[in-house]
Amino acid sequence: MQPTLNAAVSVTELGVDFGNFKAVNQVSFSVAPGEIFGFLGANGAGKTTTIRVLCGLLIPTRGTVTVAGIPYLSEESADRIKEKVGYMSQKFTLYNDLTVAENLNFTASLRKLERTYYLKRKKELFDFITFDKPESTMVKDLPGGMKQQVSLAASMLHNPEIIFLDEPTAGVTSAAREKFWSLIKSLAKNGKTIFVTSHYMDEVEQCDRIALMRSGELIALDSPKGLKESTFPHPLYELTPKRKIPYSEIEALRSPDYFDSFQAYGLRFHASPRTAQSWNEFLMRYSEDFDSQIIQPTLEDVFIRLVEGQNR
Amino acid sequence: MNHQNLPHPQGVGIAVQDLKKRLGPNQALDGVTLNFQAGLMHGLIGPEGAGKTTLLRTLLQLLKPNSGTILYEDEGKATPFTDLRPSIAYMPQQQSLYADLSIGEHLEFFKELYSIPEAEYQQKSEELLKITRLDKFIDRPAGNLSGGMYKKLGLMCSLLRSPRVLLLDEPTNGVDPISRREFWDLLYRLADQKILIIIATAYLDEAERCAQVHLIESGRTLAEGEPRELLKLEGVPNFDALFIARSKRKEGPHATHT
Repeated sequence: MQPTLNAAVSVTELGVDFGNFKAVNQVSFSVAPGEIFGFLGANGAGKTTTIRVLCGLLIPTRGTVTVAGIPYLSEESADRIKEKVGYMSQKFTLYNDLTVAENLNFTASLRKLERTYYLKRKKELFDFITFDKPESTMVKDLPGGMKQQVSLAASMLHNPEIIFLDEPTAGVTSAAREKFWSLIKSLAKNGKTIFVTSHYMDEVEQCDRIALMRSGELIALDSPKGLKESTFPHPLYELTPKRKIPYSEIEALRSPDYFDSFQAYGLRFHASPRTAQSWNEFLMRYSEDFDSQIIQPTLEDVFIRLVEGQNR
Repeated sequence: MNHQNLPHPQGVGIAVQDLKKRLGPNQALDGVTLNFQAGLMHGLIGPEGAGKTTLLRTLLQLLKPNSGTILYEDEGKATPFTDLRPSIAYMPQQQSLYADLSIGEHLEFFKELYSIPEAEYQQKSEELLKITRLDKFIDRPAGNLSGGMYKKLGLMCSLLRSPRVLLLDEPTNGVDPISRREFWDLLYRLADQKILIIIATAYLDEAERCAQVHLIESGRTLAEGEPRELLKLEGVPNFDALFIARSKRKEGPHATHT
C-alpha cells in the first residue's frame, strides 16, 4: 500500500486501432488512488480494449497512459505495470479442479513471489476475506460467494496498487455481494485503487465515479449522483398501466410528441417528458390509462439515455 | 398477495408442489412450492446454484423430480404434460446456435425443424426480425453477433412456432443494459399475447419488472408475490435487502449451502 501523490491511472487521448477499426478513440481520464472507479459501456464499446491497455497487455496506438506512476511505452514498461495491477474476472480466475491452496500456490509461482512473503500474504488475505474452510477444499466445492472472495485474494497476492474487477459479483448471493462490496470499500479506504466493469447497474451505484464508453469514446464521467442530475435535469416518471395496454398504443407514445425518452421497465414505463407542457398534455389525454409517480432515475436509465441520446 | 389487477386465468398455468430433486451431492430442489398463473410474466429470481435451472428443466420434464408434483392446467383444466409439450418453448442458458449459420439461415432451419407452414413462417419471421431489430443483420453469422444479439436470435428461434409457454433461463446474463431493456421490451409484447412467461434471472433488479416474482435460494422459495407489494410488506428498499433478510430468517438447521 503506497498511495502515490499522482493519479493511479492517467490516460490522455488514448487510441487503439485494430486495422482500420478504431476500437478506442481520444479517450482521456484519470483515476485517483483509493478511488472506486466504474467503467461502463455497451457490448463492443471499447471497455475490454481499454482495460487490456491499462493492465499492460496491449500497447496503445496513440496517446499517453500512465499506470501506478509507470508510463506505458514498451514491453519493458508493460512488465512493470503488470507487477502493480491485479485482475479478477467472474469468468475465469481459479481452477475448479485444484484446491484453494494449489490455486494460490500456482498464482504465487506465476508471480514469482518469494515463499515467506507469499505465506505471509496468504495469511493476511485469508484473514481479510475471513476464509474459514480448509485450504485443501477443492475450488469447485466452494460456494459461489466464497469462490469469488478467494479469487479476489488470488488477484491480490502480489499486493497490487490497482485492482481490476470484471463483473465481479455476477450470479452470487445478495449476502455475498454485500460482503464483497464491503471488502472492496475497505481496500479503497486503505489506498487501493479499484477499477470495476459491470452490467449490474445497481452494483456500480457504489462507485465513487463512473465513466461511460460508447463506440470507443468516453461520453460521460461523473459521480453516480452527478450523472443522474445532469442526464435527467427534469423529473423522470414511472407510468403504471391501469389497464392492459396493447403494444401498438405504447409504440405511439414513443413518438417525440410527449417524451424525450419512453422506455419499458418490465410491465411499467420510465418516461422523461419533453417539457412541462407536453407532460400536462399527456396527463389530459392519458390519465385514465396510467398511474404516474416521479422516481429517482436508476443508473440504467442514465446509461440508456446517454447511449441512445447519442444515437439520434 | 393482491390479485385484483390480475387477468382471469386463461392459457396455461403450472402449479408445483413440494418438489425435490437431488443432483449428485447437491439437493438442487429442496421442497419448492410455486404457482405459475396463466398469462403472466413470472420471475424466478435467485443467485447461481439456487436451483432455477433445475426447476425449469423439471417443469419441462427433462429431469424427473425425486418427489413432489407438477400440475399443468390449460384454460383452468388439468392437462397432461405431453399435450402441452408442443406449445412450450425453452431458451436454455447456453443456447446452442450454429456459429456458421446466419440469422436468416437459423430461422429457415427452425422452420424446417418445427414444420412451420410457409405463409405462417413468412409473417412470423418478418415480425420477429422487425421487433428484435435484427432485420438489418439477417446475413450475419451467429458467431459474429454480440451477446445481446445472440440472445435475441435464440429467443426468436424459440418464438417462431408461437408458443403458449415460454421458459427463459437467464436470457439477459452478460448482456449490456441497452440490449437488456430491448429484451424486456420484447417480453412486454409477448405478455400482451397472453403467454405464460417464466424467466429465471440472477439480476435482482429484474425482479421488479415481472408481474409475479418467486425468490429462490438453496432450492427453496424464500418469498413470492407481486414485486412492489413484497417489498412494501417486508419494509425493504430492494430485493437484495429482501434476500438478505429472508436468508437470515431461514438460517438454522437448513443453513444455506449454495
